[in-house]
Amino acid sequence: MSSFQGTKINPKKFHRSQLKFYAILIPMAIFMGLPIVYIANHAFKPLNELFAYPPRFFVERPTLLNFQNLFASVNVGGTPMSRYLFNSLVVSATVVFLTVIISTMAGYALSKKPFKFKQVMFEVNTLALMFVPIAVTIPRYLVIQNLQLLNTFWVHILPALALPVGLFLVKQFIDQLPNELVEAAVMDGASDWQIYKKIILPLIKPAIATISILAFQSTWNNVEISDVYINNEDLKTFAFYMTTLTSTTGNTIAGTGMSAAASLLMFIPNLVIFIFMQKQVMDTMAHSGIK
Amino acid sequence: MKPSHKKVDYQTGLFLGPYYLLFLIFIVIPVIIAVGLSFTYFNAIEFPRFIGLKNYVNLLTQDAVFMQYVVPNTLKFAIIVGPGGYLLSFFMAWLLAQIPHKPRTLLALILYSPSMTAGVAMSVLWTVIFSGDEAGYLNNLLLQLSVVTEPIQFLQSPEHLMNIMILVTLWSSMGVGFLAMLSGILNINSEIYEAAYIDGIKNRLQEIIYVTVPSMRPQMLFGAVMAIVSTFQAGAIGVQLSGANPTPQYAGQLMVNHIEDYGFIRYEMGYAACISVFLLGIVYLFSKVVNNLFADKD
Repeated sequence: MSSFQGTKINPKKFHRSQLKFYAILIPMAIFMGLPIVYIANHAFKPLNELFAYPPRFFVERPTLLNFQNLFASVNVGGTPMSRYLFNSLVVSATVVFLTVIISTMAGYALSKKPFKFKQVMFEVNTLALMFVPIAVTIPRYLVIQNLQLLNTFWVHILPALALPVGLFLVKQFIDQLPNELVEAAVMDGASDWQIYKKIILPLIKPAIATISILAFQSTWNNVEISDVYINNEDLKTFAFYMTTLTSTTGNTIAGTGMSAAASLLMFIPNLVIFIFMQKQVMDTMAHSGIK
Repeated sequence: MKPSHKKVDYQTGLFLGPYYLLFLIFIVIPVIIAVGLSFTYFNAIEFPRFIGLKNYVNLLTQDAVFMQYVVPNTLKFAIIVGPGGYLLSFFMAWLLAQIPHKPRTLLALILYSPSMTAGVAMSVLWTVIFSGDEAGYLNNLLLQLSVVTEPIQFLQSPEHLMNIMILVTLWSSMGVGFLAMLSGILNINSEIYEAAYIDGIKNRLQEIIYVTVPSMRPQMLFGAVMAIVSTFQAGAIGVQLSGANPTPQYAGQLMVNHIEDYGFIRYEMGYAACISVFLLGIVYLFSKVVNNLFADKD
């Protein structure tokens, strides 16, 4: 029993007995983090360092030239880089916002409302989780074509909203909330909408944070939609633009610098949104006392 | 006290409607179409022609590439990356739960960051590191250490491509499943641990088996599902790294690449749909196993 203090999960402060965990975690973190450090360094390298032999890991004379080139770059068809970036930002923000709303609404109903076929509906969603999206690209094209969504902004947004992982996660979390909470609110005469807004939403912030990250990443990194469903360059996204940098100009000297800068630019929003949301996930999960 | 189950509650419908409508349009219907197309010859120009089970028969009996390379590759890749990435995620999450908040947040961020660089950004990165000439980082390092005498064509050689694919995918495997498991572990009430110690568990291993894992079953299941999905989705990595579909000597050819090869390169969409359905079946089998592992035993 004397060892109990040491086995506590989520300790408040540092203790020597934790050193063994650091001994595994820190080397692992270095290994995992190196490529990211590399991307950050590569993006700021001047031309002679990008092609230096032997290659150098760290940048020696950082320059913003790659970014200037990238921002000044224009697609073959005349679409400026800023347009792609703007599209990505608008699409991603919209998808995150709408995904959170519709998944939490459906999650609440699936978890706390009694109705027929509830189990079946959730199981169908879980099954869909297993489907590898690339496999449905062709039939999806046929559906999107018939709905006249080809070459519209909506094609970025609508398919992305059906995010089985999101609903799955939200429902799992709401399941952990005691039913009595909802029952008590019903007794007090609260409507579904009030229960959803006043009780469920505040208690599932961690789940909301997690699915926001999920929705953002899948949208921000998505190349396929711009590639397959959109012909109009003005409606394509930054991730797509980046692939054109690496594939068509990948061998040229300017292309290498620009794609290094673009890699970093692709990564930064992911990082920022995660740092912002991660605090939510960690803090709320540790202290909210969800059963 | 129980509300009536019979009454069709229109409010419930309103809550479910938006999601399930989109779900139906963009997931269910395409899946049904895929199953339908798998019984046809469809070249994307003429109307699909019904050919019965011919695609399936061909897939299992005629497609030498599929049986010789794609299936073994997919199995090897899936078995190492799936359970491997999953156990790694759980182990890291568990380690992180043993240290205080601030260092945990920082380390979790670093471990999670590779999964953010998914897709395009990653191929730029890894192709430079594993580049086949002496300017590639790994080759340069090996040359300097005199491990090799001339640069290795990592990404073009059949012996190395698969291992690199596995390494890269494991590297980026601490995704959302990892985060969910970390949250799950932190969320376990410490009283449960205390009770378990009073009941006689003695060490951390017992703690994991009897308290941690059973208490966070929803997150464990979620993590497992994410591991399966990302494993089968990661197929694109071989094509990205080697820059070619098919990959050199089919060394990195996974089922997803095979679908792309037939669907978008050869335009044999009926056949591609058949492979998709086959893939769905395999993933479903995996999911069955996982569900049985984490099913509520209460």
